[in-house]
Amino acid sequence: MNYADLFRVTLPETILEVAALLALVVDLGFLRKAALNLRLAAAAIVGIAGCGVAIWSMSMQGSAGLTYGTGNALTLLGVGGYIAAAQVGILVLTALTLLLLTGSVFTRHAGEYVAVVLMAAAGGLLIAAAQDLLVIFIGLELLSLGLYILTAFAKSSAKSAEAAMKYYLFGGMSAAFLLFGFSFLYGITGSTNLHQILFELHVGSLYRATPLLDVSVVLIVAGLGFKVAAVPFHLWAPDTYEGAPAPAAAFIASVSKVASFALLIGIATAAVHVFDGLPGIPPAPQEPLHLGFGGPWMVLLVTLATASMVLGNLAALAQISVRRLLAYSAIAHAGYILTAVAFFSYSPLSTNAILYYILTYGLTTIGAFGAVAVVERATGSDRLDAFLGLHKRNPLIAAVLLVLFLSLAGIPPLVGFWAKFNLFAAVLHVSAGVVPFTLVALAVAMSAVSLYYYLQVLKRAYVMPAADETPINAHPTTIAVLVAIAAAVVLLGCFPAVLQNWIAGF
Amino acid sequence: MLAWTIYLSFAGALVEALLPKGKPGVARWLALFVAVLGLLHAAGGFIQGIGQGRIVIVDAPWVPSMGIHYLLAADGISRVLVLLTGLAAVAGILFSWNVDRRTNEFFAFYLALIGGVYGVFLSFDLFLLFVFYEIAIVPKYFLIAIWGSTRREYGAMKLALYSFVGSAMVLIGLLAAYSTAGSHSTSLIDLAHANLPVSFQMWCFPLVFIGFAILAGMWPFHTWAPTGHVAAPTAASMLLAGVVMKLGAYGCLRVGIGLFPHGLDAWGWTFLGLGSWRDVFALLAVIGIVYGALVALAQTDFKFVIGYSSVSHMGFVLLGLMTLNQIGVTGSVLQMFSHGVIAGLLFAIVGRVVYDRTHTRQFDELEGMYLARRLPFAAWAFVIAGMASMGLPGFSGFVAELQVLIGAWSARPWWAVVAGVGIVVGVAYTWRALQKAFFSDRIPTPDEHPKTGWPDLGAITWPEVTGVALLTLTSLAVGLYPRILLDTIEPAVKALLAGGGQ
Repeated sequence: MNYADLFRVTLPETILEVAALLALVVDLGFLRKAALNLRLAAAAIVGIAGCGVAIWSMSMQGSAGLTYGTGNALTLLGVGGYIAAAQVGILVLTALTLLLLTGSVFTRHAGEYVAVVLMAAAGGLLIAAAQDLLVIFIGLELLSLGLYILTAFAKSSAKSAEAAMKYYLFGGMSAAFLLFGFSFLYGITGSTNLHQILFELHVGSLYRATPLLDVSVVLIVAGLGFKVAAVPFHLWAPDTYEGAPAPAAAFIASVSKVASFALLIGIATAAVHVFDGLPGIPPAPQEPLHLGFGGPWMVLLVTLATASMVLGNLAALAQISVRRLLAYSAIAHAGYILTAVAFFSYSPLSTNAILYYILTYGLTTIGAFGAVAVVERATGSDRLDAFLGLHKRNPLIAAVLLVLFLSLAGIPPLVGFWAKFNLFAAVLHVSAGVVPFTLVALAVAMSAVSLYYYLQVLKRAYVMPAADETPINAHPTTIAVLVAIAAAVVLLGCFPAVLQNWIAGF
Repeated sequence: MLAWTIYLSFAGALVEALLPKGKPGVARWLALFVAVLGLLHAAGGFIQGIGQGRIVIVDAPWVPSMGIHYLLAADGISRVLVLLTGLAAVAGILFSWNVDRRTNEFFAFYLALIGGVYGVFLSFDLFLLFVFYEIAIVPKYFLIAIWGSTRREYGAMKLALYSFVGSAMVLIGLLAAYSTAGSHSTSLIDLAHANLPVSFQMWCFPLVFIGFAILAGMWPFHTWAPTGHVAAPTAASMLLAGVVMKLGAYGCLRVGIGLFPHGLDAWGWTFLGLGSWRDVFALLAVIGIVYGALVALAQTDFKFVIGYSSVSHMGFVLLGLMTLNQIGVTGSVLQMFSHGVIAGLLFAIVGRVVYDRTHTRQFDELEGMYLARRLPFAAWAFVIAGMASMGLPGFSGFVAELQVLIGAWSARPWWAVVAGVGIVVGVAYTWRALQKAFFSDRIPTPDEHPKTGWPDLGAITWPEVTGVALLTLTSLAVGLYPRILLDTIEPAVKALLAGGGQ
């Protein structure tokens, strides 16, 4: 390994870490006595600037990934392609969640908050690029540890502490599962590199030679299923979404999801490209249409996807807390995406569809959390009834909520429709067999169910009479961010090709 | 020219949404202005298109990676339905002149709905059509839930979920067709030439057809229609019956029959006398005709009578589609137009002219009100509308239903016989409603009879007179000289039935 190469490839991560330290220095060093609002604004600006510089620095990463060095030309950290798209997405979404910080009152530790966010985002960048089990694990832990802290950041709220504790315990256990699975995989194949492992599994006689492989795949899927909040590893999500401070919840719901699905894309890509990615081995005469770890991988993903779609949507019907509703809807959305991970195409079609979905979903959900937070701050509650008469109390926030929730439900011409559409078309493109078709049919049917609970919120905002008609005010920055997000959701939906071309252009 | 109907409506909706609150007058006139402008464009496009086949209006790549085009075009069927939409939009605004709560929002949702409807009728790209089709769902929900009456939240949610489930079925079918065709175009014309395998069409056709037919009020998926119509404010029930149900029927024709013609072929075996999807759906349509009429006969709420009559009349549209012959399908399209005008008129009289003054729609209360003397305008307007609805010669309904019946007779005579029974029952329920609501000779009970003379019901306003005149004259004009529409419909139906050359 060459350290100059390492520095070149991890430039964005390095910049984020530097920005994190800078935020601490600015906040604790210079603004100690300043008002909280100023400190939050300053820390957020440092953080956003860090994200901006990190995006800019990606142009200097070059096109070659980091290899193991002498005698081993396998990739350790990838660069470019879907990885770059996911990384830019992570950085932009991180900046947006930082913008929501202005006007918050949940903490007095502005610098620390921003620093933890940036470090967690650096973990996210690392996961997106990682092609090696150990780097994946380190990245996941870097991200997860940050998320536990962020969940607990509202120190005066018991709910926040409880949520963080639950999240931490579940997370610790799932990390153990993941590591256990990784160690089996290493034991079977003798490598920690994804490409090498998959190659050994397919070409060598190891494939399906040992039940140990099945055990290891189950453990890995459990670990990753926790990260994307797929049923039955979803139990932490509703509590965390409900208890965490709003900007932190938005970060968990968007950035962490993007990073985790980028990792799944990485694994699936390595699996389908197993025959043309290894140096020194001629490509297979016939390109495989789709491959995985073989049987158990796909079976598990299909099971998780089905369970998440059904349970997520049905459980959301019964919620009275809007944050929990968003959590269950996130579980359902994860189910839709897992369908596309299970049926992954050799061409970049699936990669692009999943990225499109998760990036637009992240954008929408940040806006949704922002809007919910505004209502919550004014009414002290995120219950459905807190939204009564919102169209009178703040027409702008109500309109934002209308656009974002309809987009989550997948109503055209909003961007959420195209996300679903691309995703399902990609699944059917890979295979139009009975299983994928049933999954797509189930997913479409379940989106019809989802309209009901999204309308429950909108009904209160627009239809039912207000119990209290005092106007709700929000920080101008928050309003501007939310309106910008809603506008982006509408415009990206009216011109769906723009984002598709952008993703495909990397 | 026709494309402007869409843009004008959406622009109008946007402006209405941004209007300052508390200026209902401005909102009303603006909405009327936009709707009239839309109608003028629709009529202009209709006149321009006389004697021509399909005209492509816009064709620009929209989602190039999937081959989706922003393809607007119009053939005879589209032009007739766009004209209907323009008429219904103007009439609906005239009859909602008295909406004074959140007026600008009302018209914003209203115009957004109209824009979506125009879009569906003009789209010739499969997915563009679907996008417009779904755009129409959300405004309907809010129109009914906010400004509606009886059980409005229930009716609105039921309608929204029925529509969304229908469109989910359609989406599954469309995705399957797209991936099966394997072509890199989603234009309806290209897909019709894609030669989809017959076995695929056999299962995809019913999926898409039922998905659309839910919105067309096909029995047994019609239950959203009466509750939705009754809950909706007058203008929304006029639009629901007038154009939204036509969206479903249009989708059945354009997408269902247009893309999957072999889905209607015989199965090769029969079950209870049903040998193909065509038999199944024709049976459901005929049941809808008779069932809707019989249930309408038993209602005690004036608006429910009209609601169920819509189910019955839409049965004729679906039956006409299933005849698959020139005259039957032409009649079906004409019936879409005719029912759009007549149902709009009936809902306007019941919802606006009568209910907004009497605040009741129950027959036993209306019976004691001497409405024929106190609201002669409403009574006579309903007599005319009722005659049109019964299918008396001279009105558009007669020509349309006659053609459907002739088509049905030449396809399967028993369809025509049963549907004819439905017409007779139709006369009965219209007569009953007319008699009970307006011309009852029941003596009011003492507590019904006011001591100090009948309270003033309010004068008939100019928008009501204009709206009634507009719709009545349209129905009469088409009834007396049907060729103005038939000349445009017939070539388009011929091309569509010939397969592929939509």
